[in-house]
Amino acid sequence: MKRTEQIMGMPITVICADDQVDETAVEEVFGFFRQIDTRYSPYIDTSDVEKINRGELIAEHYSQELRTILELAESTKHQTNGYFDVWHNGVFDPSGIVKGWAIQQAAALLAGHSRNFYIEAGGDIQAQGYSESGKPWQIGVRNPFDRKQTIAIIALDHGAIATSGTAIRGQHIYNPHDESPLDDIVSLSVVGERIEDADRFATAAFAMGRKGIDFIESLPGFEGYMVDKNKTVTETSGWQKYEAKQS
Amino acid sequence: MNMKKITLAGFVVATFLVYSFNQRNESSAVVVAPTSATAPSSSATNTPSMHPSMMASAAYKDGAYTGSAADALYGYIQVKATVKDGKLTDVEFLQYPNDRRTSVEINSQAMPMLKQQALQVQSAKVDGVSGATDTSQAFIQSLGDALQQAKA
Repeated sequence: MKRTEQIMGMPITVICADDQVDETAVEEVFGFFRQIDTRYSPYIDTSDVEKINRGELIAEHYSQELRTILELAESTKHQTNGYFDVWHNGVFDPSGIVKGWAIQQAAALLAGHSRNFYIEAGGDIQAQGYSESGKPWQIGVRNPFDRKQTIAIIALDHGAIATSGTAIRGQHIYNPHDESPLDDIVSLSVVGERIEDADRFATAAFAMGRKGIDFIESLPGFEGYMVDKNKTVTETSGWQKYEAKQS
Repeated sequence: MNMKKITLAGFVVATFLVYSFNQRNESSAVVVAPTSATAPSSSATNTPSMHPSMMASAAYKDGAYTGSAADALYGYIQVKATVKDGKLTDVEFLQYPNDRRTSVEINSQAMPMLKQQALQVQSAKVDGVSGATDTSQAFIQSLGDALQQAKA
């Protein structure tokens, strides 16, 4: 069974390929994402996030879940020497942390009921077991030059892939007139065990420019696939082991 | 887990460097000292620093520059930036806060292992597709804000 819903401003898809699909568990996963949206969306007046922004929710009344997310945000802030902050100009917006955390939580939830599943939220994927074809999940990397095409196909039987791309551009981090080699990467995908980590590494590596792929190369347990503006692909040395054998 | 810290910290340093090199006519909080012929210094205190006002008017001159070691709470991070033809062309990590010899200078060793090829469109059927979304925007905004503050 396959089900897609638009939640948290992006399409979320769950595919279950078990012989006996536990519909309740799938519903639970979507329910979880909807709750997360309700609780943490900056676009919903009654969310915790907006309550905090209006000063209506004080620290003593934070839920345990909110505390967990804030701790994750806080440790990320320390890890990045203060550059990562869920507070922007006095406005609280934890979306940068919530997405990866939520997918990881949803996968853990589903893993308790299913052996063969796929969860995707806005291009970030966690997959386990086999698809209905009886093979590991076949996952394409989107062509950054044409959204309808795929350029690489990997096989995942337990792991995650996240892609960071051109959405990052135009944020005034890179000078557009500068032709520096750090400014010509169009897309960078990272494969790893956990989507939470793959997502962060993909974001970080993409921002490193051409050095990003070297950085992924240096990380044990992660492989990367980088596309530059000249349509040249650079893979880490272990990427091939994920590539699906085309029959 | 440690690698996560390193990646994020490295990301910050690299981005910061790119950013500051691009701020040609504005003063920057980043302090970059020309590297000497000797080995890079290993502590934050004895690295010579260029005054921000010097950075402000200076165009980027070719050469290798060693940044001061930045305390990343769990250790020090220090990078060396190479400028060629007035542009930042390389960022090498001299110090990482762990005992692994990781460096973006792994270039020289790792690059030959990296495989390059022309992009090819695949036609086989897939179960799903991974692609970039705008969701990392918040993170980037946050970073942008922090960088603005760092400039002040």
